[in-house]
Amino acid sequence: MRLSLNSRISAITALLPALLVMLVVYIGATGWTVWMSLTNSRMLPNNNFVGLRQYEMLFGNDRWITSVHNIVIYGVLFVSLALSIGFLLAVAIDQRVRAEDTIRSIYLYPYSMSFVVTGLVWQWLLNPTLGIQHVLRSWGFEGATFDWIVRPETAIYCLVIAGVWQASGLVMAIMLAGLRGVDEEIWKATRVDGLPKWRVYVSIIIPMMGASFATAAVLLSTGVVRLYDLSVAMTNGGPGIASEVPAKFVMDHLFERANIGLATAAATTMLITVIAVVAPYFYWRTRKGEMR
Amino acid sequence: MKRTLFASVAIVAAACVSVPVSAEEMKAEVIHWWTSGGEAAAVRVFADQFTKAGGTWIDSAVAGAANARNAAISRTVAGNPPTAMQLNTGKQFDELVEGGLLADVDAVATEGNWKGVMPAAITAAATRNGKMYAVPINIHGQNWLWYNKAVLASVGADEPKTWNDAITILDKLKAEGKVIPLAFSGQKNWEQNLFNSVLIGVGGAQMWTGILGKRDASLARSAEFKAVAVTYKKLKDYVDAGAPGRNWNDATNLVIQGKAGMQIMGDWAKGEFIAAGKIADKDYGCTVLSNGSGGYVMGGDVFVFPKAKDPSVTKAQMTLARLMLTPETQIQFALKKGSIPVRSDVDTSALDACAQKGMRYVADKAQQMPSGDMLAPPAMIGALQDAISQYWNTNMSADEFSAKVAAVLKSQE
Repeated sequence: MRLSLNSRISAITALLPALLVMLVVYIGATGWTVWMSLTNSRMLPNNNFVGLRQYEMLFGNDRWITSVHNIVIYGVLFVSLALSIGFLLAVAIDQRVRAEDTIRSIYLYPYSMSFVVTGLVWQWLLNPTLGIQHVLRSWGFEGATFDWIVRPETAIYCLVIAGVWQASGLVMAIMLAGLRGVDEEIWKATRVDGLPKWRVYVSIIIPMMGASFATAAVLLSTGVVRLYDLSVAMTNGGPGIASEVPAKFVMDHLFERANIGLATAAATTMLITVIAVVAPYFYWRTRKGEMR
Repeated sequence: MKRTLFASVAIVAAACVSVPVSAEEMKAEVIHWWTSGGEAAAVRVFADQFTKAGGTWIDSAVAGAANARNAAISRTVAGNPPTAMQLNTGKQFDELVEGGLLADVDAVATEGNWKGVMPAAITAAATRNGKMYAVPINIHGQNWLWYNKAVLASVGADEPKTWNDAITILDKLKAEGKVIPLAFSGQKNWEQNLFNSVLIGVGGAQMWTGILGKRDASLARSAEFKAVAVTYKKLKDYVDAGAPGRNWNDATNLVIQGKAGMQIMGDWAKGEFIAAGKIADKDYGCTVLSNGSGGYVMGGDVFVFPKAKDPSVTKAQMTLARLMLTPETQIQFALKKGSIPVRSDVDTSALDACAQKGMRYVADKAQQMPSGDMLAPPAMIGALQDAISQYWNTNMSADEFSAKVAAVLKSQE
């Protein structure tokens, strides 16, 4: 009895720093951010309550609206493309190809690069006067045009390309682990039944890999919410405000533009959106757990 | 053995700690963002002067203007301020003064007769509630036109004086089709800088102060403002497809290499010409486009001094303030930095042709225009920047744009 009490105390003591960090840094700072969004703070924080005026300004702000649109486009395309390309890469590697280790490393390599490096590389590749378009034209394809990055209506898709290029390798690694976990007996059974391979993947393997897909999707989604550096490095939000994203809106207004009130209102809106998406999912998960 | 090691560590530690205790010593920890070659050499001028005066200069360079400002301001608010910090001439320290966090330099300013030797717009930008709170140290002209003399000569053009002249030349260059007429770096702040140059050059002084200073929303809806907007948008016909996202110095290099005709950029672009071994007025020319009512847009840098309890720190601050503005320091600094001195009474013979031209503009009261940063808070400049950038990059009409600008000005009330 005494021993277990002791171990409980030591467990609590061990957890205390983490608990304090969580209370002060996460909860405390979040609360402060929400409070700031209700004040008219500019460069320095103040406590002049102005109600929801910052939110009114925020939703009347073109740049914020564009940022929200962009993050939705980016989020949907990035997660779905990275998942499907990553999965296909994993399937390709799973065909017992030669030099599997090397290929695996090559696919995973982009992930070891930061978004800033990724962004710069792709900025150069996509630049019409330096990159792919230039190379194609110099090879004699005079009419070749690939200028998405300098056109406002397509710039956000360039961020998707770079993001997918960087993240697909990671998805591949997760998927490959999932594929290797599939029992060999299942493959044998399908062969006995004479099922075509694609059918096995679609109807049997994919449903079995729910956990791998969930892991990859969660990892990718967190990357979507905090998307900032890619936009800064690749287009700096441009041309115009065409590839702005919410996190960049917050950072720019917090520092460069000395507008703490508006920046925290944007940050709070991001938080509420994430909670609105995640909360039902967690609720569903816990309910499912109870039912078991 | 262990004991001796411990003792020696203790002695060293004690020695380190004891340095700041001595009351007479002047120490100055200065936060600034001058990290590139020429800039670092310029700030060394201040450091050397301060060392000569018996002080110790502790250099805290932080790369990136916004980063440096954040670091300095957070430390000041948290009660652990640096001795001095760099800001841009303008509204950036308004709230620090309101919060009573800055020491004024009025005594040093009166003693040195700063108001007598500096342009009024600059002293006004450093003064709050009748007292000077900042030391302006240089003037950067923001709306210079840089052009490649050989390229302009190839179409038989002389130096343009107005935007109309410039557009005639741009048309010729475009028709010729050999070079990019206007070198441009399509990033938000440069889109804004180009717009500002048109605002002052086509709209004139009244328009400039009316929009940025008085924030007159009805002026933004006027036909004159729309004319500014139309001229600005017309410039887009003269830039190349690679412009979006390009860095300003890459655009300058297009002019240097003769691949482009001209560029609108602040006088920091001169550093690129100098680095490429080009000579002012021979290889490249510089001018300021205006409609006759004047308009040299003056920005620059200041140093401010957070209030200190320790009198030795205050002494160091006031010594720094005095030293930064001596004619000798001013000219040395300007030579390294590429800016022009903030004092009009220094010997300018050592400066190059473009800097001397700048000095002549600054000496003329009618030409002195305070920069946007001096007239408006960062939040408003930022909101305008978004509007300008949208206008430049989409097919928004001049009417929509002027409505947008009017809305920004209105929200500032």
